[in-house]
Amino acid sequence: MAHRKKNRNVGIIGIGQTKYSSHREDVNQPEMIHEAVQLALDDAGLTMDDIDCIVHGNMELFEMIYQPDLWHVIGTGAYGKSEFRITTGGTVGITLACASDNLVASGMYDIVMAIGFEKLQEGHTTGGITNMADPLWFRHLQTGALTGSGAYDVINEFGEERAKKASMMYRIIMDKHASLNPNAHRSFGLEFEQMDDLIKNSPKLVGDLKLIEMCSQSDGACAVIFACEKKAKALSKKPVWIRDHVTVHREETFFIFGYDEKYPVTMTHSLAAKRLFERNNIKKPIDYFDVFEMYDPASWWAVDWLRDFFLLKGDEHLKLVENKDIMIGGKMPVNPSGGVIGSNPIGATALVRVAEAALQIRGDAGAHQIPTPVNHALASGFGGTMWTVLMMLEKELNW
Amino acid sequence: MGKRVAVCAISQIKNDGDYWDRRFQDMLLPCLESILEQTGVTFDLDKGIRNIVTCSDDVYDARTISNNGVTDVVGAHFRGEEKMAQEGINGLGYAMASILSGHDDVILFMGHCKESQTESRLMNTNLAFDPFYCRPMGLDFLNANAFQAREYMEKSGVTEDHLAKIVVRSRKNAKKNPYARENKTVTEKDVKKSAMIADPIRELHQYPVTDWAYGMLLCCEERAKEFTDNPVWLTGFGNCMDSYFLGDKDLTSNFSLKKAAQRAYAMAGVKNPRKDLDIIELKDSFAYQLPMWAEGIGIADEGKGGAWIDKGGPDDMNVNLSGGMLNGNPIMIGGVARAVECILQLRGEAGKRQVKGVKRALAHGTYGAAGQHHAVLILEK
Repeated sequence: MAHRKKNRNVGIIGIGQTKYSSHREDVNQPEMIHEAVQLALDDAGLTMDDIDCIVHGNMELFEMIYQPDLWHVIGTGAYGKSEFRITTGGTVGITLACASDNLVASGMYDIVMAIGFEKLQEGHTTGGITNMADPLWFRHLQTGALTGSGAYDVINEFGEERAKKASMMYRIIMDKHASLNPNAHRSFGLEFEQMDDLIKNSPKLVGDLKLIEMCSQSDGACAVIFACEKKAKALSKKPVWIRDHVTVHREETFFIFGYDEKYPVTMTHSLAAKRLFERNNIKKPIDYFDVFEMYDPASWWAVDWLRDFFLLKGDEHLKLVENKDIMIGGKMPVNPSGGVIGSNPIGATALVRVAEAALQIRGDAGAHQIPTPVNHALASGFGGTMWTVLMMLEKELNW
Repeated sequence: MGKRVAVCAISQIKNDGDYWDRRFQDMLLPCLESILEQTGVTFDLDKGIRNIVTCSDDVYDARTISNNGVTDVVGAHFRGEEKMAQEGINGLGYAMASILSGHDDVILFMGHCKESQTESRLMNTNLAFDPFYCRPMGLDFLNANAFQAREYMEKSGVTEDHLAKIVVRSRKNAKKNPYARENKTVTEKDVKKSAMIADPIRELHQYPVTDWAYGMLLCCEERAKEFTDNPVWLTGFGNCMDSYFLGDKDLTSNFSLKKAAQRAYAMAGVKNPRKDLDIIELKDSFAYQLPMWAEGIGIADEGKGGAWIDKGGPDDMNVNLSGGMLNGNPIMIGGVARAVECILQLRGEAGKRQVKGVKRALAHGTYGAAGQHHAVLILEK
């Protein structure tokens, strides 16, 4: 009874993304959302009349709009339609995808459009995130999303030189990927030869987390259209199927003292991966998946989390990075889009992971398309206090 | 579909004007403990609560990711937790979908809103308007609703006398509800003499500042008997969004409420709301909204709200026997309070206000200026 059979299958039939940028003064919030909505409708060959329900999400305090779906109806097209607003922090984008999957699978709605957006330029991101912490106990300790603990942990385990190189290698690979993605916010044209220079000279933010290793603050929106199996097959030549998803949230506080291999604590990422892969009978995720779109807020965390998500042991995850296996064309491509380090409109970010994974399966990712066939994709979201969401996408209904 | 979702248990704290001695976490904890005690449900990952839907608000809690602050007291320990960021009744619609989809079989649904800790409801709701045109004009949910109130009163023959009657009835009904906010009993004269805060809305026409929290356990049809002998079934849900600019819409048309109700009726098989519903709970944040929403869900004739009050419509149709929103529930979860009353009535646990033979009930929730978004839920025994 732990996990029941899905009432009906759900496929992605339309994807729209705006260009991600540090500033979009040319549009207001609903106008920016409308760009993504129109692109998703065009992609699916649908009009607003075909959409039954809209699911909207972001974080209110970033732009300081109370219940922004009310104003945004101008751009979302929700007028006269069923509409939900669900938010979970950084994970919100992928939660919208999970919610859309549930809403369609339930039989209550045939076609649902998920819309994630953020216009971080209009607020103060670090201030906004700091406000997440308890005002009495933790707010004065919080440094927004900037945390050096990831760096501390990896350095502690693998030594300073190897750890710093792995983190910077990951960062440069993401920059190379972002350069192939016309929607990506940042691409500096970094080269592997610059590694030592960047390690030495990029300004430190917190502990060993350096400016170049941290994700951006972006403006942008993403819209994804989900349909029931019958309609997906009728409306789309290449629907991408949602196989399963899992959400693992946890309590209010971080592990403020870090963690140590001698005293293992449960980590949300590996727990989510274990649960998802066990119930879908996936023995070796690293062999099964053809691409992974990971929510990588900083390169330190990204390197560390590869081990958690793929259930790897020892330094296997570092080798994936060091051998450039995570590059487009590599053994296990990670974030061909350039990832969150490349673009981070927070309320959209985790939905972009799902959208990019689906584009790879469809073979429509353009310059950053993986050259080999993509049948199985994994997408992740990150937020809150190490909250994680994982979603499995498939080319065929293979389960 | 032909499947239903069960409400196995509910819990709540008393509605209060100011829980100065409790943080919102302390408001939620007794609700969780009561659910565990009533149902024996555990947090076992195979058989118990694997997913939690919460309802709270970043602006009212003054915290980004407000659900982060409640994770400890809703048991969100290494499992799913998703926040409904609208009027909480939509969380019941979403939880219903999550269970019908097959993804979840048991869902804990918890929510809170502590209006008393916020400086001003007007400042908060002013933030719902776009920062370019409407916000600088000073629009908030009170004065925006005043436009609607004036237009509706003219259209449907609703007078100051009607509004005063509605407020007096609400306070009287609430006296029979042990969880209702404790307010002074008022006379029609008191209401008519109370301060004019946004013409034609007087102070007593508006719901008072309130703190409240609740818990609920929902599960799939097959498993309901494990948790309760007295399940209440969620059988229909519909919601709808209207346009944003007040000037873009006919403020008295009930456009989105009519659509939301039609969707819920179609799903639950309600043919005639005047005959098929035994209990009706409407989110009347302002007195004029009681007859207006009644028209919207089809239990009063269009444009005849005043006459509906005159002939005793609210009592005939068992509308807002709990005292309604008007007596005091918090803005974010007033719709859930409506559903809670319906559940108590359907379970036969409504005490002094219990109606005999209740089989089917309607709970309503709305948010936004002048009822921009509406949701309707049908519950059955």
